[in-house]
Amino acid sequence: MLINFAGILFDGIAYGSLLFLIGIGLSVTMGLMNFINLAHGAFAMLGGYVCVAAMTRLGFPFLAALPVAFIVTAVAGVVLERTLYRRLYQASHLEQVLFSIGLTFMAMAAATYYWGPGQQPVQLPGVLRGQVRVLGLDLGAYRLFLIALVIVITLALVWLVAHTRFGAQLRAAVDNQQAAAGMGIHVNRIFSLTFALGSGLAGLGGALGIDVLGLDPTFPVKYMVYFLLVVSVGGAGSIRGTLVAALILGVFDVAGKYYVPEVGAFVIYALMVLLLILFPAGLYGRRA
Amino acid sequence: MTVAATVPTPQAANPKPHRLPDGRWHRIEIIFWLLPLAAFFLLSGHLVLGSQILIVALFALSLDLILGYAGIVSLGHAAFFGIGAYTAGLLAVHGWGEALSGLLLAGAMAAVAGYLVSFLVVRGEDLARLMVTLGIGLLLYEAANKAAFITGGVDGLSGVTMWRLLGVFPFDLGGKVAYAYSLAVLFLLFVLMRRLVNSPFGLSLRGLREGGKRMPAIGAPVRRHQVLIFTIAAGVAGIAGGLLAQTTQFVGLEVLGFPRSAELLIMLVLGGAGRLYGALIGAALFMVAQEYLSGLNPVYWQFWIGLLLVVVVLFARGGITGAAEALYTRPRGKGK
Repeated sequence: MLINFAGILFDGIAYGSLLFLIGIGLSVTMGLMNFINLAHGAFAMLGGYVCVAAMTRLGFPFLAALPVAFIVTAVAGVVLERTLYRRLYQASHLEQVLFSIGLTFMAMAAATYYWGPGQQPVQLPGVLRGQVRVLGLDLGAYRLFLIALVIVITLALVWLVAHTRFGAQLRAAVDNQQAAAGMGIHVNRIFSLTFALGSGLAGLGGALGIDVLGLDPTFPVKYMVYFLLVVSVGGAGSIRGTLVAALILGVFDVAGKYYVPEVGAFVIYALMVLLLILFPAGLYGRRA
Repeated sequence: MTVAATVPTPQAANPKPHRLPDGRWHRIEIIFWLLPLAAFFLLSGHLVLGSQILIVALFALSLDLILGYAGIVSLGHAAFFGIGAYTAGLLAVHGWGEALSGLLLAGAMAAVAGYLVSFLVVRGEDLARLMVTLGIGLLLYEAANKAAFITGGVDGLSGVTMWRLLGVFPFDLGGKVAYAYSLAVLFLLFVLMRRLVNSPFGLSLRGLREGGKRMPAIGAPVRRHQVLIFTIAAGVAGIAGGLLAQTTQFVGLEVLGFPRSAELLIMLVLGGAGRLYGALIGAALFMVAQEYLSGLNPVYWQFWIGLLLVVVVLFARGGITGAAEALYTRPRGKGK
């Protein structure tokens, strides 16, 4: 029972770290640009498909396909930000929601057109397959790899935001856009870079998640709720909040599906409504 | 104009003065409502699609009340539509096939649900509202899916048998009675809603939408107004759902689905929110386009509707009725 519980906790954390990786970009776009981007899942899906395409059509190994997924999605993010998203920063939330639903629909239709409606398979390298025995527990090697990678990325992000010039400018722009612009910070450029980074991380998350979340054209809608949930529960614009929320949701979702499969996704939606009632601005919300 | 010329009031300088809207029906409105009536006689081969359009139009109107007038963004409005549909459907399955009372009960159930949900919705900002409405929609979908012994689950609720409407007209396969019934309900509720949005209450809702922080300052009970309109909108959505269940004699699980809520938003934005007629026009266009285009290829349909949405948001805010209004008012008074 206890071993079982530890296993579920582990799976939940692996799942949660994936949610964090994808959600962090959304959190930053919401915190920084105050933009509700429902199309964020589409970037994750793009990363997944790029990864699959790089592996099957170009013959890349899995680990080499991951950076490709990151870069392609980041570039796509920058292009869309420069051409379309930018026009809507001042628009109402409703318009942002509609715009990003429109983008999501287009992405889903395009994915069906190019790759078909089925699930995409992924060939993991031998090292990452199977189980590893740690402290008497059989842990999935791939999930272990996932957690390790997300820890590294999180530390890198914290370092980036807390100790670099770019990070300082980013924090300034989040706190007060006008004052930051007045101090000579290129807020627009910060926006573009941040958007690229956020979409790239989503793409990376999508690629890493093929084995855990699956990959098919309904991906953006299927997981949209989870990403939004991570952000709204964690509080937009906060790395720590997003991480905590992602882990909570990951563990609860896995535990709920394991212990009470008959209620299924009920657990997670009920948890979300409850958390939103208790913390309307998120666990670590910046905006009251 | 002669009176205005002799007595120079502020109104005379402004050709379209701000005043309480009178309830008078414009000529265009009367012509508009003659169209569905004409369709009943001229397009009698398409009445099944026609009654679907009328039902969806009613559903879109209910969203317009909260989105267009009160400015509350909802991604889970299908929840109330679904509650109404299941109420009416279950009632008929279990032996009460009287249409009007079933419809009233469907609306009442949805309104009660809307009343309870509204307390969660009015407290948050846009993002929290989106999440709460989305979450409640998904919760209900899951609930209906799991409670297959009541709702039929993914197979849907079949065996809905209706009695004769008003004891006289049996629901026929050609959809004549269904169409007339839907049109009558839609028109009746439209008249009520038109009255509602032109009332002082409706005006204060618009005040909330335009400047939510200022309304408390003039003494408007913000929360109470939002709760009230949300409840009414939920009730209307429930009636629309009940109509669907009664006229198609079937309730599928997708009445509660997220795509339904999203498509509803699309219709409203396409037609133009906050005008009532926008909801009607948007629903009609969307349904007709869907009928003919998605028949060709559902994937392309999804792509085009996505593109349309992006284009409307970027270039044509206000939708079709917004564009029409701009065209109509421009030559007279330069802008507004």
